[in-house]
Amino acid sequence: MKILVAVKRVIDYNVQIRVKEDGSGVHTDNVKMSTNPPDDNATEESVKLKESGKVKEIVAVTIGDDKAQETVRKALAVGADRGIHVKSDTYIEPLGIAKILKKVVEKEKPDMVFLGKQAIDDDCNQTGQMLAAMLNWPQATFSSKVTLKDKSMEIVREIDEGLETVEVNLPAVVTCDLRLNEPRYASLPNIMKAKKKPIDQMVAKDLGVDITNRVQQLKVEEPPKRKAGIKVANVAELVSKLKNEAKVI
Amino acid sequence: MSVLLIAEHNNKNLKPFTLNAISAASKIDAEVHVLVAGSGCESVAKEVAAVPLVKKVLLCDSPNYQNYLPENLAPLVTKNADKYDHIVASANTFGKNFMPRVAAALDTSQVSDVIKVNSPDTFVRPIYAGNAFATVKSNDKKRCVTIRPTSFEPAPKTGGSAQVEKVDAVDVPNFSKFVKREETKSERPELGTARIVVSGGRGLESGENFKLINDIADKLNAAVGASRAAVDAGYISNDHQVGQTGKVVVPDLYIAVGISGAIQHLAGMKESKIIVAINKDGEAPIFSIADYGLEADLFKALPEFLSELNKLNTIQK
Amino acid sequence: MARETMQYDVVIVGAGPSGLSTAIKLKQLEPKLNICILEKGAEVGAHILSGNVLETRALDELLPKWKEQGAPVKTKVSKEKFLFLGKKSSLSWPTWLLPAVQKNHNNYIVSLANLCRWLAEQAEKLGVEIFPGFPASEVLYNEDGSVKGVATLDMGLDKEGNKKDGYQEGMELHAKVTVFSEGCRGHLGKQLIKKFNLDEGKNPQQYGIGLKEIWEVSEEQHQEGLVMHTAGWPLDSKTYGGSFIYHAENKQIFLGYVIGLDYQNPHLSPFDEFQRFKTHKAIRKMFEGGKRISFGARALIEGGLQSLPKMYMPGALLVGCDAGTLNMPKIKGTHTAMKSGMIAAETIVEHIKNKRKLSLYEELFKKSWVYQELHAARNVKPSFSWGLLFGIIFTGIDQILFRGKLPFTLKHKHADHEALKPANQMPKIEYPKPDGKLTFDKTSSVYLTGTNHTENQPVHLKLKNKYLPIQYNLREYDEPAQRYCPVGVYEVQKNEFVINSQNCIHCKTCDIKEPSQNITWVAPEGGGGPKYGNM
Repeated sequence: MKILVAVKRVIDYNVQIRVKEDGSGVHTDNVKMSTNPPDDNATEESVKLKESGKVKEIVAVTIGDDKAQETVRKALAVGADRGIHVKSDTYIEPLGIAKILKKVVEKEKPDMVFLGKQAIDDDCNQTGQMLAAMLNWPQATFSSKVTLKDKSMEIVREIDEGLETVEVNLPAVVTCDLRLNEPRYASLPNIMKAKKKPIDQMVAKDLGVDITNRVQQLKVEEPPKRKAGIKVANVAELVSKLKNEAKVI
Repeated sequence: MSVLLIAEHNNKNLKPFTLNAISAASKIDAEVHVLVAGSGCESVAKEVAAVPLVKKVLLCDSPNYQNYLPENLAPLVTKNADKYDHIVASANTFGKNFMPRVAAALDTSQVSDVIKVNSPDTFVRPIYAGNAFATVKSNDKKRCVTIRPTSFEPAPKTGGSAQVEKVDAVDVPNFSKFVKREETKSERPELGTARIVVSGGRGLESGENFKLINDIADKLNAAVGASRAAVDAGYISNDHQVGQTGKVVVPDLYIAVGISGAIQHLAGMKESKIIVAINKDGEAPIFSIADYGLEADLFKALPEFLSELNKLNTIQK
Repeated sequence: MARETMQYDVVIVGAGPSGLSTAIKLKQLEPKLNICILEKGAEVGAHILSGNVLETRALDELLPKWKEQGAPVKTKVSKEKFLFLGKKSSLSWPTWLLPAVQKNHNNYIVSLANLCRWLAEQAEKLGVEIFPGFPASEVLYNEDGSVKGVATLDMGLDKEGNKKDGYQEGMELHAKVTVFSEGCRGHLGKQLIKKFNLDEGKNPQQYGIGLKEIWEVSEEQHQEGLVMHTAGWPLDSKTYGGSFIYHAENKQIFLGYVIGLDYQNPHLSPFDEFQRFKTHKAIRKMFEGGKRISFGARALIEGGLQSLPKMYMPGALLVGCDAGTLNMPKIKGTHTAMKSGMIAAETIVEHIKNKRKLSLYEELFKKSWVYQELHAARNVKPSFSWGLLFGIIFTGIDQILFRGKLPFTLKHKHADHEALKPANQMPKIEYPKPDGKLTFDKTSSVYLTGTNHTENQPVHLKLKNKYLPIQYNLREYDEPAQRYCPVGVYEVQKNEFVINSQNCIHCKTCDIKEPSQNITWVAPEGGGGPKYGNM
């Protein structure tokens, strides 16, 4: 079997983002970038399935500018076999990304597509589900346990109420939660080997899909700062305020 | 033109977050219709019909929808989307799961996790884990929107009498199957979704002293949180950690006890509706964001707090 | 079981200005060489922090076309100021009275982190392999005692040293020559200096701690190209230090404070001195209404020539501030570090091609302009041990009248960790509370550094004696670690010494200043530590 794993380059999760003064977005110059954290879980799970012998090939794909290739190299360094870089110098929203991924799926014909559950930059949580719908495949989102069977997968999903188990037929789309696994570290020799693995190049706008953004970002601003409230004199006053004024107890 | 909202329920009762989504939907357009899709879920349709903000209820009662599999639910929503400009659901694991499938089928871009409705096509949504707010305008004709429930008041539950219209089920693809659902049965609510969170910091001075926090949490049916400092000091396990590197929580009431208010911690709770700080250091940064601050020794204040709470008999469970 | 091994011609530890210059020069001289650079930061530049006013002399020699190649060296110094601060007053010192070494009109205000990122690109274009996120954690030796290479750290160990799920064993990198360019107080460099007695006959090394913030200010407050330094308040005259204020591009000001780590008062907190400094009325107005966007700190070397260890040993070289090539009166170490790396590269090529001994490094170094500079600068820092006033008078005579050519050399008498006096003999210092606008606390500052270390890994700040902090330091010095650490890694809680190692920004101050040398800084898991942007 074959897995396509999609990885995205985002501002590193430790970096405190800074909103631009003109409201056009956030500063990204000289800011440390990394692979979107749950995408690392997607890669790790693919590699585990390959190690179990059931999967023969892992193809890692990213969409973005030239530097986005770093994320594919990282996936190659921990066990993906080859990479695809779909070049685009501009932001594409999840709908467009899903359309591009559909093209890649049609070309690569994988049995499964693994993605992170959500990107930590735009926080959309859409791409995997959209891709599944476009392919008319089943999906398992927020996956925290994956069991691969012959023609299906049994997947435990993290939902608000607790855990849900579903079985999806292959081919299928899986979006991965941070609790799915602990991504491994790349070793130095594997990073070097990864430099020699092939990365196919494609250009987003040449793929024949409509990737025009439909949602226009009017402005980005810092969240309003919370103001200090009042100090209460004692516990009795606190309880009375909570009960009668804030009405939360 | 009107809004179609997809109700979340367990085939018996409406899930409360749907009420928040209804009030958000009514800000987009007053003509709010709600789709209740499930199996044996007539009682839910009745419940929804009683919500005054709801103008019409679409009921699709079929075993296909018993477990809200997105592969089954999305085609039903898509088929009924014709007459609507907006398709709306809560941005929780229910709405997040199926809505993008609807958007893809309709070839429309989804606006996720909306915290404010500026106009029918313009919304505010958090990005970068809430460290920035983006105002976005959707240029699609049909708009799929998910709503962050905690950003909107729940709609009143009674007084309405919307018409209930039955709609037909659609064919299902049969390539996914529900196996089981295990609801977390912890004695206390989940930290991520609890209505009230009581958190302790290094001011607790030991793991044993967290009992003081636990007692209050039990009384209020609250989840227990902690600052990174308390976790690092070994007072409590790290799945209780609230903050930048822990969980981000948005409860109605957040009580920070013995927490100075390091910025990493604030990042995880500053969106809470009401914040209470109990700290003996009057200069602690936590007071600068607290709605109610109590400058006191927590070892005296907490037992007193518990006994005051015990005097109340109105605390919701 | 033996670890995996890779063989290189040259392995370089640390992708700072000296290591990158070594690599670039090596490839320019001998393109066939196999060169690898290990870097502990998550990316090149992530752990680089410096003022920085760059003298381009070494860069001109290394990459003469740097302008055309787009080096991030753009803001030329256009104006200079020097202020002496009293508690309430300030006195502007005429720039014509400044020693020549402190004049900057041909220099550039740069972000050294960005310059290193650019140098790394140049090195990679030449075929150098750079591995960010891989700290060298151990020096490897041949049977004859010469340096064989380094090993990278095992990744994925838990607090107790057990293997976690993602465990990845470290590996050995063997080289004909290993170059150590870890910067000030490199943890392997320190071991090598000890093992090979490289500091024999030298004065004890001297260090400082440099703290830096980047501010975004209004157009009215900004004067691109302005370089300003201050001395005096809030430090007493016995404490060596001062500030730098550099107006960079994009309405940003690089603001920093350097304090010699030979300070005597255990109650002193370099972080809080820096914060307090900003409240001086002459300084406050430069930043009021602006926004602090970055913070960081790093130790620097101030010992100069008297303390410079022997820089070669069998199989290995020390370059840049891993040895200590910073020019203190110039407050500049980038050009000297780069040049030392270039000389190291020339030496290595001669060593590999013509079997010349590595001692050639010292011969070439002594003939170079770096040596001349350091020689001329040698008496400035030690003269300040007589206090600020005498230091200034002497420096005036030494640097302006004699241009560093006085026929004697002053000595550094003590190591920095020996300088502290008992807490009860020194005045306590009341620092003002931070206002969250101009002045800040340590926690919100460390937040801006993007620092994180994977939770549940072995603590990388090792105590030789775990009882010492409470049983001795607390009693004698009121445990100064609580104050010299700029990000609050060390705390005393209820008579317990707490190490919040995940906050560590790798400045190395603890390793230097701990009175009994009880704390050893070792490399944590790769990618840990700060994630500086344009520091």
